[in-house]
Amino acid sequence: MNAINRNEQRALARAVLEIDVNNHPGVMSHVIGLFSRRTYNVEGILCLPVGDGSCSRIWLLVNEDARLPQMMKQAEKLEDVIAIRRHHADHAVFSELEDFFRP
Amino acid sequence: MTETLTGAQIAIRLLERQGVRTLAGIPGGAILPIYDALGQSSIIHHVLARHEQGAGFMAQGMARATGQAAVCMASSGPGATNLLTAIADAKLDSIPVVAITGQVPRAMIGTDAFQEVDTYGLSIPITKHNFLVNSAEELLEVIPRAFEIALSGRPGPVLVDIPKDVQMQPIEIADWPAPGVRQMPPPADALAISEAAAMINAAKRPILYLGGGVVHAGAATVAVDLAEKANLPTVMTLMALGAMPVDHRLSLGMLGMHGARCTNLALDECDLLIAVGARFDDRATGKVAAFCPQAKIIHIDIDAAELDKIKTAHVGIAADVQEALERLLPLVSENARREWNTRVDELKRDFPQHMPDLDQPLSHFGLIRTVAVCLDDEAVIATDVGQHQMWVAQGYPLRRPRQWLTSGGLGTMGFGVPAAIGAALAEPQRTVVCFTGDGSILMNIQELVTAAEENVNVKIVLMDNASLGLVHQQQTLFYGERLFASQFKATPDFVKVAQGFGIAAVDLDTAANPCAALMEAIARPGPCLIHASIDVQQKVFPMVPPGAANRDMIGA
Ligand SMILES: Cc1ncc(C[n+]2csc(CCOP(=O)(O)OP(=O)(O)O)c2C)c(N)n1
Ligand SMILES: [Mg+2]
Repeated sequence: MNAINRNEQRALARAVLEIDVNNHPGVMSHVIGLFSRRTYNVEGILCLPVGDGSCSRIWLLVNEDARLPQMMKQAEKLEDVIAIRRHHADHAVFSELEDFFRP
Repeated sequence: MTETLTGAQIAIRLLERQGVRTLAGIPGGAILPIYDALGQSSIIHHVLARHEQGAGFMAQGMARATGQAAVCMASSGPGATNLLTAIADAKLDSIPVVAITGQVPRAMIGTDAFQEVDTYGLSIPITKHNFLVNSAEELLEVIPRAFEIALSGRPGPVLVDIPKDVQMQPIEIADWPAPGVRQMPPPADALAISEAAAMINAAKRPILYLGGGVVHAGAATVAVDLAEKANLPTVMTLMALGAMPVDHRLSLGMLGMHGARCTNLALDECDLLIAVGARFDDRATGKVAAFCPQAKIIHIDIDAAELDKIKTAHVGIAADVQEALERLLPLVSENARREWNTRVDELKRDFPQHMPDLDQPLSHFGLIRTVAVCLDDEAVIATDVGQHQMWVAQGYPLRRPRQWLTSGGLGTMGFGVPAAIGAALAEPQRTVVCFTGDGSILMNIQELVTAAEENVNVKIVLMDNASLGLVHQQQTLFYGERLFASQFKATPDFVKVAQGFGIAAVDLDTAANPCAALMEAIARPGPCLIHASIDVQQKVFPMVPPGAANRDMIGA
């Protein structure tokens, strides 16, 4: 993916996306493919099943970019995407994981 | 009463229940159980293509001509990869195609088995949706769903990959699912509709801008009604040609890169652009910042992601365009708009599409017009990709939605012949003409024998300039006349080639009376190749140079 150094990355504004999807192999490729084909870097990915496991929730940490609203509309169109919500970059889901990502 | 059926038999039964009567494909090891079941079907006619890309474009031809979802089939590995171009083409032009591919047995997936490729992964970015089927049971849900997805919302291709063991798995069936049909989206927002109507009523210089979505939605009639009621000059994209007859008093024909000057100049002056089922493609808009610089924009499209994608709309309406236009129509007031229409007529008079040598049947426009004279509006006109395609778009009097089949978004050479065969298979009562080039025809030339085998009523008009003409044109205009890899040094004898494939052929170059020879060839039922040489120096004009604004066209 796009090589940007760590300081540059911190300087960029971020957004967190919360995406509810049907849980089956291939869903992740559909969602992530939307970003990679536009050379839109995904900085962080988390995914776990929800409830009885028929659905999963994908959390994405992405750069704020003028293309983000279009990305969300494209993601919304995917058959296996049930809902998509946008949060601020300071959302706890990624900040609380920082301990696992020390160099 | 229950019956025991294999996955393959279930798949075929579900296709029969969907109303599929003709499909195209090529068998191979991983799809043989399905072919075995297909061979037992007395309802479905299988057309044996000679290349899977041909099968894919035949399905597209059926779908484009009828609006119904059409099916193509291929085996795993190379069969599936050969289909991909036709699927990508269907994605970009929003064509409902259901592609069914065989896959290696589930236990062998991921082992680099013979003829294994990741068809599912490969098709993700070029399909509307895709499935890898895990059990025979699942087919009962997946196949109707594939049709529903292909037909609903913005149409598009759906791929269903079925492992061989799933095809062979027997299960008991008690009930059959309902066939998948088009689901309607929620109605258009009433407030936005009335806002749009108010904007149209207040506009001094509005233009109606129709895209392929108008054809897909069956909204051409109501679009013309709206134009007539409010006297809206109307432009069409390449994909929308035929939605309004080109010789309608309000028609400005095709806009964009190869539109007439009057069309692009009128857009430059408009104060309101009403975009319907159009997506502001770069070939239509030219330099976006300079497209309709004075205009407010109303954008109606079934795909919400198209709204504000390229141009921000003042009123955006995500809805079925037919439903939206039907609701808009009564709110729009009758208005002669004399001043604006007089101005548009002036532009039409001063900057018309220039069509030289119309009276010579062997000139490019003369040939196209002579073909048109031989036919009525019931004919289907397909094209390949290149100069010939743009000349037909500029010069053929298209008057009916679904009359015009062309590869717009992907611009795929090789589209024409198999798409024309597909259209002729789906609508055997029509004459189907395919305008092609000497470069394009070679990309699916093998389907000539399929045309012979099926005895389809397809007339292939080959405009032969012994060149990749559009490349030749670009090199001449924008690369300092450095012609490279655009002229063929060896050229086939196309008449003999066609005859060798088993179809009739005539050469207008050597005919004593080219007009008579052409008319006779078109009138004779069955497939025929009509060859005519075209001067390679001829250009598609006018033209918006790459990166320029539409007002800055070059050429006559
Ligand atoms: C599959 C594919 N390869 C390459 C191109 C690029 N291309 C566009 S037009 C063209 C030339 C087409 O030649 P021909 O069919 O003879 O039509 P002409 O322009 O001469 O009328 C080429 C190579 C394309 N559109 N599709
Ligand atoms: Mg050519």
